[in-house]
Amino acid sequence: MTALQTGSSQRVTGKRLLRREDPELLTGEARFVDDLYQQDALYMALLRSPLAHAKIISIDVSEARKMPGVHEVLSGRDLREEFSAPMPCAWPVTEDMKNPPHYPIASDVVHYVGDAVAVVIASDKVAAVDALAAIDVKYEALPVVTELEEALLDRNLVHPSLGTNSCFVWKLEPDRAGVDQAFASAAHVVTNRYVQQRLIPSALEPRGVLAVPHPYGAEYTLFSSTQIPHILKLMLSTTLGISEAKLRVVAPSVGGGFGSKLNVYAEEVLALALARKLSKPVRWTEERSEGALTTIHGRGQVQEVELAADSNGRITAVRVNILADMGAYLQLLTPGVPLLGAFLYHGQYDVPAYSFTCTGLFTNKTPTDAYRGAGRPEATFAIERSIDSLARKIGIDPAEIRRRNFIPVDKFPYSSVPGLIFDSGNYEPALQAALEKVGYAQLRMEQEKRRTQGSRKHLGIGISSYVEMCGLAPSKVLGSLRYSAGGWESATVRILPTSKVQVTTGTAPHGQGHETSWSMIVADRLGVSLEDVEVLHSDTAVAPFGMDTYGSRSVAVGGSAVYLATEKVLDKARLIAAHKLEVSPEDLEYSDGMFKVKGSAEKSFALSSVALEAFTAHDLPDGIEPNLEASVTWDPPNFTFPFGTHIAVVEVDEETGDTRLVRYVSVDDVGNQINPMIVEGQLEGGIAQGVAQALYEEAAYDEQGNLLDTTFIEYMLPSAVELPSFELASTVTPSPTNPLGVKGVGEAGCIASPPAVINAIVDALSPFGIEHIDMPASPQKVWSAIESSRGDGK
Amino acid sequence: MQITTIVNGRSFTRDVEPRTLLVHYIRDLLGLTGTNVGCDTSSCGACTILMNGESVKSCTVLAVQADGKELTTIEGMASDSGLHPIQKAFQENHGLQCGYCTPGMIMATASFLKENPKPTEAEVREALEGNLCRCTGYHNIVKSVLAAAEAMEGAVK
Amino acid sequence: MFPASFDYAKANSVADAVSILTSVDDAKLLAGGHSLLPLMKLRLATPSMLVDIGSLSELSYIEDKGDYVAIGALTRHHDIQNSRLLKSEVPILPYVASQVGDPQVRHRGTIGGSISHGDGASDLPAAALALDARLVLVGPTGERVIPATEFFVGFLETVMSPDELLTEVRVSKFSGGWSFQKFNRRAQDWAIVGVAAVNDGNTRVSLVNMGPTPLRASAVEEALMGGASIEAASKKASEGLDPPEDLNASSRYRRHLAEVLTRRALTEALG
Repeated sequence: MTALQTGSSQRVTGKRLLRREDPELLTGEARFVDDLYQQDALYMALLRSPLAHAKIISIDVSEARKMPGVHEVLSGRDLREEFSAPMPCAWPVTEDMKNPPHYPIASDVVHYVGDAVAVVIASDKVAAVDALAAIDVKYEALPVVTELEEALLDRNLVHPSLGTNSCFVWKLEPDRAGVDQAFASAAHVVTNRYVQQRLIPSALEPRGVLAVPHPYGAEYTLFSSTQIPHILKLMLSTTLGISEAKLRVVAPSVGGGFGSKLNVYAEEVLALALARKLSKPVRWTEERSEGALTTIHGRGQVQEVELAADSNGRITAVRVNILADMGAYLQLLTPGVPLLGAFLYHGQYDVPAYSFTCTGLFTNKTPTDAYRGAGRPEATFAIERSIDSLARKIGIDPAEIRRRNFIPVDKFPYSSVPGLIFDSGNYEPALQAALEKVGYAQLRMEQEKRRTQGSRKHLGIGISSYVEMCGLAPSKVLGSLRYSAGGWESATVRILPTSKVQVTTGTAPHGQGHETSWSMIVADRLGVSLEDVEVLHSDTAVAPFGMDTYGSRSVAVGGSAVYLATEKVLDKARLIAAHKLEVSPEDLEYSDGMFKVKGSAEKSFALSSVALEAFTAHDLPDGIEPNLEASVTWDPPNFTFPFGTHIAVVEVDEETGDTRLVRYVSVDDVGNQINPMIVEGQLEGGIAQGVAQALYEEAAYDEQGNLLDTTFIEYMLPSAVELPSFELASTVTPSPTNPLGVKGVGEAGCIASPPAVINAIVDALSPFGIEHIDMPASPQKVWSAIESSRGDGK
Repeated sequence: MQITTIVNGRSFTRDVEPRTLLVHYIRDLLGLTGTNVGCDTSSCGACTILMNGESVKSCTVLAVQADGKELTTIEGMASDSGLHPIQKAFQENHGLQCGYCTPGMIMATASFLKENPKPTEAEVREALEGNLCRCTGYHNIVKSVLAAAEAMEGAVK
Repeated sequence: MFPASFDYAKANSVADAVSILTSVDDAKLLAGGHSLLPLMKLRLATPSMLVDIGSLSELSYIEDKGDYVAIGALTRHHDIQNSRLLKSEVPILPYVASQVGDPQVRHRGTIGGSISHGDGASDLPAAALALDARLVLVGPTGERVIPATEFFVGFLETVMSPDELLTEVRVSKFSGGWSFQKFNRRAQDWAIVGVAAVNDGNTRVSLVNMGPTPLRASAVEEALMGGASIEAASKKASEGLDPPEDLNASSRYRRHLAEVLTRRALTEALG
């Protein structure tokens, strides 16, 4: 794949153009859901269970009903008739997967702290929240399951009717005997247990919803802080039995998502149900501490990872067995998340034998689902920690062992043993560039110097060479994985009579800058001014088809659809221009907004004139419809496989366990870059989130299933002080999967960074004989590890 | 009870309950929705505004405490001549992605640069310790603040 | 999030504030609000009335009183952090103030609010202890001056009666060494453990977040008086204490941190 075809003599793709989204966000003009004015809207507040597992004995709402401003107070039982179907799970990963009925509000039994039990509708938020305190609920506590290993024993059951806590067992074992053989004959085997702690996604904008009924038209508009207006529309129509054609979903400005807004939430269903029931607009905005309990969590796995290797450190087999925490119910994609990593536990390495098993388990905790990286950070952590562990066991430098195992560049496209085709890759140059950029040899000398001088501040260097699969996704592959929808994306490019260009996309950006990047793709191909291109999105009335934004898919799939729709509209324009110039279409060449007859520069016809011709339709060639627009729905033939090497440098205070990230270098290859400024921004944010997983964040529960860190005081999002500036570089290996040659970049940073940081910490602590520190590597954990290493007589 | 505030140069008199938080007064009673709420605990700084020229978290001030005070919100930053230099610097350095923390970041920056017009990178990071961002990793926010400092110093000279 | 309903009164003077406090049950003082409002928003505090003393500008000052500096209770952390007088005469105090919360918090939070809240996890109360500050309280029967060492009596509990208010903090000038060691994971967080040390001939050490109240590390001070080395004295940092447990630290880890941080603080203050 070479550079993109362009219709512009002044290419804009590849440039660091400033974002057109910014001015309204910088001035407060942008409207998030909670900013939308809606006359006569009622406010919804939810009473939530304080117990992780309990039978609801009674709910007395009589006092609450009498409170000022209160319109209605309803329990789960009162609302049962409102729902045509349970909350949707779109990914039944196995035929026998267990999916307990899940309704937006509990009626008989609550299954996690935060499960809604009653709803107040009042004239304003203050009245609604005040009334919650007046509702009297009596519960009978039931046994609580919090830990995965405990859930596996089925001693206490989250859903007794299922007879087990096991939701599914999913295996990927192309050659089990081969794996066993490889382990039996291995020179070295390393076995490790890693915990992927639960994380709270923590988009800065809390979720919010505003449901507006139009009673006389029997129509509904739902405004939601969502990444998936299109999927949400479909799912709400089934859940509530509203005609899909009568429902419009709009995602206005959305303040970050990271997967947490890739879902169908109880509050969206409830607000719409109540708007229908009461014929009044209903709105709700999440409190942060409420969201900590009710917005999905990410990760939540216990991994057992084994590598077999020969005497040279060449990996001969990978065997993985994971327990994955579903939480109390299945949300939209809950069971599918581990599958997104299932194929990637061999990382960048050419491994001949592979086995993966995942058991999904219910616990009495907030449901998990896709959080930035979804399955791939877990896989990357497992292999990148394990290969370091192998290197240490054999006594090889971590950089060297990676080199010995890389998939060689001449094997691309690479058919992996688990069954993927890696589109393109060239791993060694990225590693080399990262080593040089960080000054690997000098750092090792500095590290040694500190050790010999007896310094109590230890330096650690951690490498993470990652590859991930994104650009979700080829619909056929999704089908074979039992996902209920496709992975295509749609786009329409419309050249208006005044020659302004209107683009609609099925992607739903919430910070990624699609308006800027998509307009660059279109302006480049048409050779028109960027200012003449407008991008519309995130409103199902404007862009009716779409698969929305997640899984680092938007540019690879949605951007490609935009590009192909632009080509298609240009093909039509070419027919009209040829007709007007009385030449055959093949005789025309196109650049900078002009069709020119090849070899005859003075004979030309402007795209703007074509647009007007297409509008007036006074003189169109036979068989050509009026108007100049084209739509494309593009289904990618494969995933894309971004890769790179990240290196973290940490300093660990041996006395206190205080661990600080002091430098961070990354070399990423995300294929062609439409706007490198946006690409880098995505990487930096991703790296920070991964560093946060490694060092700071954990949704911690007690044995009764209480979430202990529901606010930003306890749940440790890092601030600017805790992070260094990042040192980024890139290589470019275009993807042959799509016409843009792009790979996607939304998740790469947080996929790569956790093992880089933990590898660095373990490297720093190697003089103590410490082999692993679980995430988050809090000072207490680091100190405890040092303490126990001393206790062991080190 | 009745309070009067000068917000972005205009005087407003409104009735509020004692428990009304300043941020709700600004958003719900004055309709200035640029100031955002991101947490319950004075942690995230999305609601930062200027009160008598200094940054405060408007979720942790009662509206009645602002009686008689001058407030500046994000809506008061740009002028007829265009974006404020801090806003410009954030755009030019890609200091925002989803934009939700941005108004608070900009107001915190405005207050900080008044106190320290020529900060170092480390000082910028410390000045933003009370403002959380989930999108950028702060890398470009820090660059934006440094660039704004330079632009504003230049303007003064 | 917003507080439960309450009545509100604006005090026009200290006497006015005292008289409202005397006449209303369960009334609380509101200064900057940065200790109280977060609790009220989470409905962990539901006072019936707030008495706003925020506009009593006569309580905001930093004055040279010869051998001590008088700080009005409504003086904000920000003003303490930037006070030239304090920087030269009581330099530990501006530094500790600069470590409280974040800039926005320091623009609102007051020293009187912080000290009278009496939170064992707060920095300024511990600094007041290490400085042997004197606290001026005004109540219906007049004024009394209490040493900081006698002020904190329990979890969020002080010797102040419900109808008293703290009006002034007096700190002696000193020219010796000092140190404040704050250990936390994120800059804006409360200390997991903090240690303040002041050496003006005598050495005084206080601890943050090592118990229900701000504490003096008396065992350390006594050991030093008895001629113990810094190393040896530091080992007594948590003697007799029962430090709290939370997500960040077990009691044992807190004891360890107290020892390390005390050693560092003493090394800096006595160095």
